[in-house]
Order: sequence, then C-alpha cells, then structure tokens
Amino acid sequence: MRQLLHQQWVCYRLQLRVLSTSLFDGLLAVFFPLMFATAALLVYRLNGDEESLQYAGLGAAIMGMWTCQGVIASSLLTRERWAGTLELLVAAPTSLTRVLVPITMALSTIGLYCVVATILWERWVFDLRLEVASWPLFVVGVLMAALSLALFGFFLSVTAVRYRTSWALGAALEYPGWLLCGFLIPVSSLPVWIQPLSWAIPTTWAMAGIREAANGGSPWVDLAVCAAVGCVYAALAAYLGQRLVDSARKHATLALT
Amino acid sequence: MNSDLAVEAVGLERSFVTHTGVLRRSRKEVEAVKGVSFHLERGELFGLLGPNGAGKTTTIKMLITLLLPTAGTARVLGYDVVDDVREVRRRIGYVFGGDRGLYERLSARDNLRYFSELYGVDPRRQKARIEELVELVGLTGREHERVEGFSRGMRQRLHIARGLLHDPDVLFLDEPSIGIDPVGARELRATIGSLVDVGKTVLLTTHYMFEADELCDRIAVIRSGEIVAEGTPQDLKRLVTAGRVLEIETYGVAPDAVAAATGVPGVQGVVVEERGQQQVLIVQFEAGAEVTQTVLASLGDVHVGRVSAREPTLEDAYIQLVTQDVPG
Repeated sequence: MRQLLHQQWVCYRLQLRVLSTSLFDGLLAVFFPLMFATAALLVYRLNGDEESLQYAGLGAAIMGMWTCQGVIASSLLTRERWAGTLELLVAAPTSLTRVLVPITMALSTIGLYCVVATILWERWVFDLRLEVASWPLFVVGVLMAALSLALFGFFLSVTAVRYRTSWALGAALEYPGWLLCGFLIPVSSLPVWIQPLSWAIPTTWAMAGIREAANGGSPWVDLAVCAAVGCVYAALAAYLGQRLVDSARKHATLALT
Repeated sequence: MNSDLAVEAVGLERSFVTHTGVLRRSRKEVEAVKGVSFHLERGELFGLLGPNGAGKTTTIKMLITLLLPTAGTARVLGYDVVDDVREVRRRIGYVFGGDRGLYERLSARDNLRYFSELYGVDPRRQKARIEELVELVGLTGREHERVEGFSRGMRQRLHIARGLLHDPDVLFLDEPSIGIDPVGARELRATIGSLVDVGKTVLLTTHYMFEADELCDRIAVIRSGEIVAEGTPQDLKRLVTAGRVLEIETYGVAPDAVAAATGVPGVQGVVVEERGQQQVLIVQFEAGAEVTQTVLASLGDVHVGRVSAREPTLEDAYIQLVTQDVPG
C-alpha cells in the first residue's frame, strides 16, 4: 500500500511538472477559461441584475475547470501516443488505471488553478465579489468537482487507447457541457428530454452543490450524488481499461498517431 | 516449449487489416509476419536483420506483449506472451530507436524516476539505480537537464537506461542506432556489448550489417515477414563466400540492361546501388567463372566507369538474402 501511494504521488508530481513547466503554459491554461468567463459576465452584466451576475460568476469559475480539465483529459493518451510514450506506459507491468490516475489528478490541479484564477479575474476585472455563505463548503464543493471531473476524464482518456480519434469526442463535449452542467443557465430550463444527460455528468451535481454552499443550503446530497456518479465512471473506466488495451493489442492501434 | 530458453517463437504470424473508403468500404489484409520461428539462449545477443517493412518491429512487438499474434506462440523466459502478460513485462526491457518515447519537458533523471515507478523499482533503490544507469550510458553530469535539449545519441542512451531500470533479464532493442552519428553509434554498440557481459539476453533488430556482425552471436535475416536465413555471422558469410563480387560503376543503367547482366551464365545475382549520379552494379558470380567481359557486353551502350572485383562481404550476403532467393 505504501509503495502504491509512493508511486501515485511521484507520478502525480512528475506529470504535473510536464503540464506546467513554463510561465507560458501557466498563462495558456487559463487564457481560454478567462476569455469565456469574460464573455459570459459581459452578457449577464447587460441587464444589471446582480443575482444573475452572481449566478454567472459562480458558473464561469467552474466552467474553466470543465474546459481545461474535462476536455484535455480526453486527449491525454493522444498526447502520450504522439510523444511515443503510450506503448511504454502500456508495456509497463503497472495497470493502466494506476498509470492514468496520477495524470488525471495532475490535470485536476490545473483545473483548480483555473477556478482560483477565474475568481480573481472576476474580482479584479469585473469587481464581482462572489457572495458565498459558507466558504469551507464551497471549497469542498470545488474539490469534489475537481475530483469527479478527474474520474470522468479518466473514463474519457481510457477510450483513446483503442480509438485514436476519441480526443475529438472530448473537444466536442466542451460547449455542450457548458449548457448541460448548468454553469450559465439552470438545468431545469433545458428541454426535459435533455435533462437526463445533464444528470449523467458528475459536474452537474458538483455545480449544484457549489451553488447550494454559496446560497447557504446544504450541498451534501448533491456532492454525494456527484461522488457516486464519478465513481461509476471510474469503475467503468477500470472495467473497460484492460479490455480496450487488449483490443488495441489486437488491432494494433497503440503506435498509430 | 523449452523454458530454459530466454525467448522462443514458434510459427508467429501477424496480419493487419485496413479499411479505406466511406461509402464503399474496402478491406485489405496485410500479412506482416508469416510463421516466424526462432529462439534465443539465455545470455545470447541475437540479431534480427531485415530491410524496412520486413516485419522486425512487428515480431518484437508481439514478443513484448504490445501486439497479439494472429497465429503461433511465443514465450519469454517460459512465460506465454499472450497469457502471462504481466510476468513477461516484469522481466523484459524494450528500447526503440528515434527521438520519441521520452518526456521532453522532464529532465533525464525525472524520466528515469517516472519509469522506475511504473516498472516497480523499489523506491529505496531508485536513486542508486538511476545513478548507476546514468553512469553506464555515459550521461553523468547531464542527468538534470531537460530531454528536449538532448542530441539523438543522448536520447538513445537514455532510452537504454530506461529499458534497464528494473534490471530485466531480456532486453529488446529495436533499431537503437538509427539516425545516430558514427561516434555515437560506436558508443552505443559498446554499451550494448556490455549488457551481454553482465548476463543479459538481448534481441537486437537492425538493418546495419556491420553492427550485427560486431555484436551478435547469431543472426536471423527476415524478409517480407519470413526468416530466410539463420546462423552465426560466419555461417551467413559462407552463403556467398563460394563466389566473388564484381562492382561496375555505371551512369544511367536501364532495368533491361540489369536483367541482361543477371542472365549471364555464372552470374548469381545483380544488385543496383545508387551512389549519387552513379549506379553501381554489384554482380555476384560463381568462383572461377570469367564473367567480366560478358557482363560488360550485356550492358550495351551504358556508360561504364570503374570496374573492380573483390571478395564478398557479410553485407553482400545480407543483400543477397533480402533481395533474392536463398541459395540452396
């Protein structure tokens, strides 16, 4: 167990180093999330409704996490494939799950950095102070959002072992995700037949929990569902992982770029 | 299957299926490896030689569990490459040539640390092991630098260090010297040679004949997915030492002239080698046969430069094996 934790910790640190080597990378990671947040706040500011602005401000903060974490996760293994390291990762005696978890956790850290950067941006540029009733519960909600997105990203990334174009699926999820997860508009305002899709994404529950924490309610039910949905994706990824690796060995897709 | 052997492949086959077209899908099946059989004794350095596309890498990838064979069986240290995947992976190292396969943004040392964790090197031994390997491959003093600034030779040596991290019994080296300058390649060959001295079994693929000649105990030549010859470097040389070689420098030789030269009695084979503006005909002929005048006459109006005769080399044997039918 100790060796496993050591392995995961070292791999997490080194993967985080790969993702954040330069100042340029640090700026690039938040550039798009900040621009999207800016666009959202400019639109919501038009009608002068402070409540709507608070709603958008909270959503925009987590929206950045969705963009830089959920979307990039699907291209994780594509990046490894291009670097020529995917075969080495698969050929290692360590299971693919153990290889991927530290990578997705490193991405979560970048996601958290995006949340903090967006909140600061909102404050400095738009003079928007987020009104949060319970900061500790808010932080718990954000951490749960990061963790569940890591699990969801783990699921998306596993599929790339077998299907080399699956990164495109992640990229395609970016904008629908803004609507489905309730970042800028309530999920209840979506057509009824679409809402089940929203509930199948753990970030929707995390967002609901964060809003509850900000409004002084109890976020625990939402966060519990968020954790459960995230765990379902993790279990599915672990189950599919070995099967997809075997399929990749059969169809020779590991080295294809 | 004999578990005393380091590697044993029996009738290995691998085919690839590709699809083209959107509305009218057409399916094409390519047989990359067609029933390859060979074995490696423990502590042996075995070379798998062949031109590009001969099936060397596909064979290696089946042995290191990255590809499933379409047919046939293979064992590494007694473990089946299909059924005992983890056991095989624990005991083998894999090194391939080229620039890829490393984390560019990490230092050499961090790359080795990362793969140490994935290959189950005891955390208490990692530091010493990494230092030992960095010294073995001659990267001492450069281990803290990012890989993105490394030359191809340095990357290749780092690849070897990575492949040795978990002290594997069998090492698969897939064209490790590709693209490396002569000095770097010589250092690399010295490193590879030293692996056998410390008891490792090495399977090396290359298309550099001199490299195989210098390093390998035994060689198998693979062509179009089939092994066409196997033996010690001396055995392979003997395939052509019964004859001699005539080198004819030509300018603008046409295929029909080459065909005419091939048909001259006593000629065993003709290979055309492009050297800048020249085409050098390498004519292998039976010992004692007098073919020079007849071959020159068969070339017709082709402008001919220098003509010389020499003893055949291992490279001639290789070229003959990969371009023509194997002599009985």
